Amino acid sequence: MKTDIKLAGVGGQGILSIATVIGEAATAAGLHLKQAEVHGMSQRGGDVQSDLRLSTDPIHSDLIPQGGADLILSMEPMEALRYLPYLSPEGAVVTSSRPFVNIPDYPDEAALLQEVDALPNVTRMDIEQVAKSLLAPRSANMVLLGMAARHLEILSPDELRTAIRTVFARKGDKVVEDNLKAFDAGYEGLQ
Amino acid sequence: MRVKRLLLGDEALALGALHAGLSGVYAYPGTPSTEITEFIQGAPLARERGVRSRWCTNEKTAMEAALGMSYAGKRALVCMKHVGMNVCADAFVNAGITGVKGGLVVVAADDPSMHSSQNEQDSRFYGKFAMVPILEPSDQQECYDLMAEAFRLSEEVRLPVLVRMVTRLAHSRAAVQTGEPGPQNALDPDSERTRWVLLPGNARRQYAALVARQPELLRRSEESRYNSLVKGGPLGVIACGIASNYVCEAHPEGISLLKVSQYPLPESLVRDLAATSAEIVVVEDGQPFVEEQVKALLGAGYPVSGRLTGRLPRTGELNPDNVAAAFGLSNEDGHAPAHNLAARPPQLCQGCGHRDVYAALNQVIAEYPNARVFGDIGCYTLGALPPYRAIDSCVDMGASITMAKGAADAGVHPAVAVIGDSTFTHSGMTSLLDAVNDNAAITVILSDNLTTAMTGGQDSAGTHKFEAICLALGVEREHLHVVVPLPKNMEEITRIIREEMEYKGVSVIIPQRECMQTLARKNRQKKAAQ
Ligand SMILES: Cc1ncc(C[n+]2csc(CCOP(=O)(O)OP(=O)(O)O)c2C)c(N)n1
Repeated sequence: MKTDIKLAGVGGQGILSIATVIGEAATAAGLHLKQAEVHGMSQRGGDVQSDLRLSTDPIHSDLIPQGGADLILSMEPMEALRYLPYLSPEGAVVTSSRPFVNIPDYPDEAALLQEVDALPNVTRMDIEQVAKSLLAPRSANMVLLGMAARHLEILSPDELRTAIRTVFARKGDKVVEDNLKAFDAGYEGLQ
Repeated sequence: MRVKRLLLGDEALALGALHAGLSGVYAYPGTPSTEITEFIQGAPLARERGVRSRWCTNEKTAMEAALGMSYAGKRALVCMKHVGMNVCADAFVNAGITGVKGGLVVVAADDPSMHSSQNEQDSRFYGKFAMVPILEPSDQQECYDLMAEAFRLSEEVRLPVLVRMVTRLAHSRAAVQTGEPGPQNALDPDSERTRWVLLPGNARRQYAALVARQPELLRRSEESRYNSLVKGGPLGVIACGIASNYVCEAHPEGISLLKVSQYPLPESLVRDLAATSAEIVVVEDGQPFVEEQVKALLGAGYPVSGRLTGRLPRTGELNPDNVAAAFGLSNEDGHAPAHNLAARPPQLCQGCGHRDVYAALNQVIAEYPNARVFGDIGCYTLGALPPYRAIDSCVDMGASITMAKGAADAGVHPAVAVIGDSTFTHSGMTSLLDAVNDNAAITVILSDNLTTAMTGGQDSAGTHKFEAICLALGVEREHLHVVVPLPKNMEEITRIIREEMEYKGVSVIIPQRECMQTLARKNRQKKAAQ
């Protein structure tokens, strides 16, 4: 079994923390993993993405082939669309609904969300709003991970929860609890 | 105890070097090599052992210091991005002539597709040029494993060893099985003076010895466990380093695969492959380094294809898609590209001092239609993009000042240079001295954010020393200004720029304000410590 995930967002939105949690869970579960990250120039407010590959068998390429991704997981709706050519026909898109507008030619929001909603297998939520309502505004990325958990057959929600505890442990109990709360809200689909 | 750790390719190299008994890492930051040195700087083992790891001023000082440590008998590592090899080429090539004592390993991290670079030069040419062994890992485990091999090889053949990385491996994480740290070398300076003093008489002897050692390097390559030939069919494939992963991912049928991770090119293995194949495809990231050599080795009659023939793209990095296509395979079609999509290029952060510098500069430049602004490399290069479009050039570290000078010599006026603090100490100080000695009519804006921001906020070699440096190089006191780039100071800054552009000599304006990112990081660390 394998799961290939395209993680997407804008520099500074915290997609690498999502990758870290999934990576921790995958390692604990004894899965093979490769995770190609983006460092450097593009982190400055530009588009960022990471290829995360999980498998029960050894993985060769660090990059996901076109049409091979099982999941696009995006902190931003336009960034979710950027990687569609990598998404397999049966693949799912899990994304934040809230545009991050830092360019002058950002597309019309209504048209953009319409295109997102027209995809065959898509879940979107205003993760920032959810995180804020939980009084955990910095945990929006864990809301997104919670939403994704419904699509990640290769890892169970409990394995992901354990990984959240491990990854955030050194930041203290409050941060761990906030992130778990956010994860559960995403998983349960609470608005 | 053997443990598994999830590591970036860069981190695996770093840990491999530490476990190989490293005594010092010498490096200047540069994507995608930065994380090697950062890992060592943060490693408890390095702290325990007192491994020297502070950032160097540039790649040349790094290479020379490492050579000195090697001379003293200890193992030293040099890390840089590919273009850093241009900067330290003099020291690197001549270290091949002197040879080394303690193991000297040089990591050059190439950036095919230029994710964060101004070119995609292939560092393997430097290894061949200097006639030293090259290792090219294909995955994170090899990154860890082959560092021990690299140091051993370096000491056995008494030459620097070049390790060639590429961005995708440098910045990709996987589980790595790690071993026990080995001992460091004891202090044991070389006393063989003649080989270190490269006067022509000695140098000729040393060079002849280097040439005479080439058959041994070739033999070691041919016997290396990092080069392997697996026969399986009539299509011969040579895949170098990370390229072998893409070939395995595409999984073409009926191929015989020669994986190359050690150079000089293992000729006997290439001939063996050629003898049982109808043709050979060379799959390598970067430039057609191996493809050219294989063509030369097998002669014009033997069909060899790769990047030179268009079987693979001539530019840009390899990926699972273009490698599959080279074998007539195509990956599954994904979804159609989206319509509601716009490019999102990187930008200067909100509140960044470079923004205020460009706002001021643009305001003044608007009054001088003949003005040219020579830029340099760093976050401030983003000033080339909208909304500022403020710089006319970006070539190599330090070029802003010297290009402005040359243009001024030719009659361009005003000629302005914009350079960052780390870039200035890397390669701009000598440029400024030339300008001062010629009394060139240039205005230098040394935009000082107290850090090396572009690569993630490393310490900058000249912090708090820039006024003293400029004065010592001969810049006149009355034409040296320090300002604080904030919107409220716009009037003062534009006035100074205007006055200095009118001055027919060298002036330096230093806008000085800490980078938003490093400031925020320090505040977070302070809060965490409380
Ligand atoms: C020879 C060479 N070495 C390293 C780099 C990588 N590099 C690009 S910009 C930069 C840092 C520039 O720092 P600074 O001049 O202080 O500008 P800032 O990014 O802080 O604005 C580095 C290390 C390079 N492009 N060329």
